[in-house]
Amino acid sequence: MITLIFGFLRQAIIQGIPLIFGSTGEILTEKSGNLNLGIPGIMYMGGISGVIGAFFYEKYGDVSNVFLCVLIPFLASLAGSALMAFIYSFLTITLRANQNVTGLALTTFGVGVGNFFGGSLSSLFGGSGGTIALNVTGNYFKTTLPFADKLGLFGSTFLSFGFLAYLAIAIALTASLILNRTRIGLNLRAVGESPATADAAGINVTLYKYLATCIGGAIAGLGGLYFVMDYIGGAWTNNGFGDRGWLAIALVIFVIWKPKFSIPGAILFGGLYIIYIYIPEFTGMALARSSQELFNMLPYVVTIIVLCLTSMRKKREQQPPMSLGLSYFREER
Amino acid sequence: MKNSKNLSEPLIRLSKNDAMPPWKAWCVRAGAVVAAFIVCAFIIVILTGYNPIEVYVAMFKGSFGTSGKFWFMLQKTAILLCISLAVTPAFKMRFWNIGAEGQVLVGGLATAACMIYLDDALPTVLLIPVMIAASVLAGIIWALIPAVFKATFNTNETLFTLMMNYVAIQLVSCFVTIWEKPKGSNTVGIINAMSEIGWLPTIFGKKYLLNVIIVIGITIFMYIYLKYSKHGYEISVVGESENTAKYIGINVKKVIMRTMALSGAICGVAGLLIIAGTNHTISSNIVGGQGFTAIMVSWLAKFNPAVMVLTSFILTFLGRGASEIATTFRLNESISEILTGVILFFIIGSEFFINYKINFRTKHIEEDKK
Repeated sequence: MITLIFGFLRQAIIQGIPLIFGSTGEILTEKSGNLNLGIPGIMYMGGISGVIGAFFYEKYGDVSNVFLCVLIPFLASLAGSALMAFIYSFLTITLRANQNVTGLALTTFGVGVGNFFGGSLSSLFGGSGGTIALNVTGNYFKTTLPFADKLGLFGSTFLSFGFLAYLAIAIALTASLILNRTRIGLNLRAVGESPATADAAGINVTLYKYLATCIGGAIAGLGGLYFVMDYIGGAWTNNGFGDRGWLAIALVIFVIWKPKFSIPGAILFGGLYIIYIYIPEFTGMALARSSQELFNMLPYVVTIIVLCLTSMRKKREQQPPMSLGLSYFREER
Repeated sequence: MKNSKNLSEPLIRLSKNDAMPPWKAWCVRAGAVVAAFIVCAFIIVILTGYNPIEVYVAMFKGSFGTSGKFWFMLQKTAILLCISLAVTPAFKMRFWNIGAEGQVLVGGLATAACMIYLDDALPTVLLIPVMIAASVLAGIIWALIPAVFKATFNTNETLFTLMMNYVAIQLVSCFVTIWEKPKGSNTVGIINAMSEIGWLPTIFGKKYLLNVIIVIGITIFMYIYLKYSKHGYEISVVGESENTAKYIGINVKKVIMRTMALSGAICGVAGLLIIAGTNHTISSNIVGGQGFTAIMVSWLAKFNPAVMVLTSFILTFLGRGASEIATTFRLNESISEILTGVILFFIIGSEFFINYKINFRTKHIEEDKK
């Protein structure tokens, strides 16, 4: 039973890692007042950019060089997703377009780019066609701490992940620190709450919005990279990423815009995502397929409840940023 | 202008431009579409090496080539238009209902449930009104839940409706496994394939004509409702300024709930048309993201139902045409999403040039600086 629980916990963490990346990125974005509904698209883009980077490096580069083998997909992923976030920023901040519409268009675009290149990358660039398998890079991404196996249950549950998993936690904690303990974070929150006030106080609203959105997008994209490289192990399946992008947006609400909570929150969501597999093993009862689907509903239902509760309690620090979803134009009253 | 030497005036200054005549605004939008097609042509050449003109011609042929294709296109446009009309009154009220996908799905789910469980119990004459009532009711319930919370607790409706989509999707997946036929296939199959009970009737020998007629009716209704009725007026006042609405004695809560109920009801009808009028089956992706596309259709048309006919047609054409060229040129289907995305970016961006005026730094100041 103990092994079962720890096994479940390990799987929950694995499922949670992309959500930590996604929700931390989205929190940074939303703190600047931008509701980026393009996060699912950005996460696809992050994944496929990493795949493209790895594909070309495996083809032309020296695959025995571990460092470059990991670095190139990593940078490609960051660049790809930051570019997506930049498109969003340009349209919503500079051109003051509607954020919902832009975000949804971005998701359409990102999912399209992901599936297009995922499906036809090798046939486009002189391969045999068919699916991509980047096992070498995938294995490097999966490399765990060398002493993880020796620490028994603890080691296999908490230390047996690739480096991106720890990076996710580090990023979430850093984001939390920056948002709450630094001047930059204070300014960023001011921009999200009331850009006009921030502007009057001499904060460069446009710069903050751009940077927060682009950095947030890049972080979210790493979630896609983790999924493709570590979880799948270097292969692309169309729409394999599923609705995890939307789940990440749900998680932002669930953790009431606090990145440090997104770590346990993501693990909880990850657990809810796969609990239907474990219910029969925990309880000994077989689960009908129809109730499996109902279990998949849980993360969203929980999010809705949290959303309702926070809005009913009206506690100041638990509300969405005041200007969330609104473009800022200085001359508008 | 005495101090102009000391002032650093920005090179570009923006100001609101409220007075652009509509024809000019449409020229800007048309320009954006043309620019988007040029960029798409480059993307096609770079990715595939095909001649983009050939690809565009194939796109037209694929969408309008035969009468069958044309009707298919018309039917797709009708459904998209119907969902767009549904979300429009809510948007006009600045209630960001992005839950159309879910509202349509539960409407379809209710329809399918009636078709499956009541196929023997009721004669068709009675069954179809029951189906209509069920789908409308389901849509209303799904839309009212966020609306009630928005009206009473000011809960963020964008996030709430978004989450409701996925609850609906999972609900449908759950029922698909219950209704699946044959067992283990994880699909429902064509409901009442032999008896055609609960199928919307074919009129004048055209399969989709009834759908199209119903949607035309809804379009006309929505145009009049928004433009000439008291409700429509209240919606636009609430959308412009909630405080003004309260001041002149409009019950804002009531307007929010009433409008969302209407929104959900029409979404329910769209679900009915998809399930009973077109596909005769149900799956969790049967709406296929049209609930999201509808948001763009409505927004691009500036919430004007008459213009929406055009924008929904354009977006359907893009999607259809792109998937058509994907098969003709053996491209990956997803290229249609890429092209649609690029075109949307351009149209979204073009709104800026309609709403704002760019003022460059005037010359004499620059000369002063020297």
